Amino acid sequence: MEGTLFNIFAGLAVLSALLVVANPFSRNPVTSALFLVTTMISISGLFVLLNAYFLAAVQILVYAGAVMVLFLFVIMLLDLREGARRKLNLVSLAMGLMAVGALFLVYKSSIDTTYGEVAQRHEGAADTGQAEAAQAKVVGSTRALGQALFSVEKGFILPFEIVSILLLVAMVGVILLSRKEPR
Amino acid sequence: MEPTLSQYLLVSGALFAIGLLGVIVRRNLLIIYMSLELMLNAANVALVAMSRFNGNLDGQVMVFFIITVAAAEVAVGLALIVALYRKRQTAEVADLATMKL
Repeated sequence: MEGTLFNIFAGLAVLSALLVVANPFSRNPVTSALFLVTTMISISGLFVLLNAYFLAAVQILVYAGAVMVLFLFVIMLLDLREGARRKLNLVSLAMGLMAVGALFLVYKSSIDTTYGEVAQRHEGAADTGQAEAAQAKVVGSTRALGQALFSVEKGFILPFEIVSILLLVAMVGVILLSRKEPR
Repeated sequence: MEPTLSQYLLVSGALFAIGLLGVIVRRNLLIIYMSLELMLNAANVALVAMSRFNGNLDGQVMVFFIITVAAAEVAVGLALIVALYRKRQTAEVADLATMKL
């Protein structure tokens, strides 16, 4: 069951991410934005599978809700046409594909050596039993995450306050940037 | 069968690679920005997976902060793009090669 859901969400996330970047049918930015919404929702499904329930809700609220609405507003505000279809620079496309492919292969092989089946076989059976006990414990419910965030001795109270100031600064900055200059 | 940590990390790596490809190949500022968001989300998936399989909630707290900072970053970045568009009437990186406004 969980494996099937994982396959669905992971496949949907990767597929719609590909359609964000390279859509063969449309080069309209609105299409890309809507496929990005699909990706965000699939990622939040992955978060649910990982027992991170609060983050799944926040992902949908903040990304699929606020951020993507902002994106769509700006796309429509700028009134970007599909435009003269510019010729893709084939050299840069090939170089980009090569660089990204190489990076991904390095990443994949490092995962395989660290967490792959071969690496797990080397570890003792008692070790895996311990890991499973730890797995059962972590549930990212709102209560658990709040306690981790705000506990006095091990918490993240100072970063939390700094982030609140950051949001205030961002808000003031955005108002200043998007104001029409008086002439 | 329950998915393993390496499967989650693989999905995260694939999403990151796609986002990076978008930043390198695409020429539209807004799509480059969306690809950046994709890369941030890929990192989030890896962090949550690590937090789940290591039995430690700190990874999820980190993701909470990343989402907050990303929201602020999106707001400022899009405001910059709008301000730039007002001056130059374009959102293609090829037309934005000079520092002079």
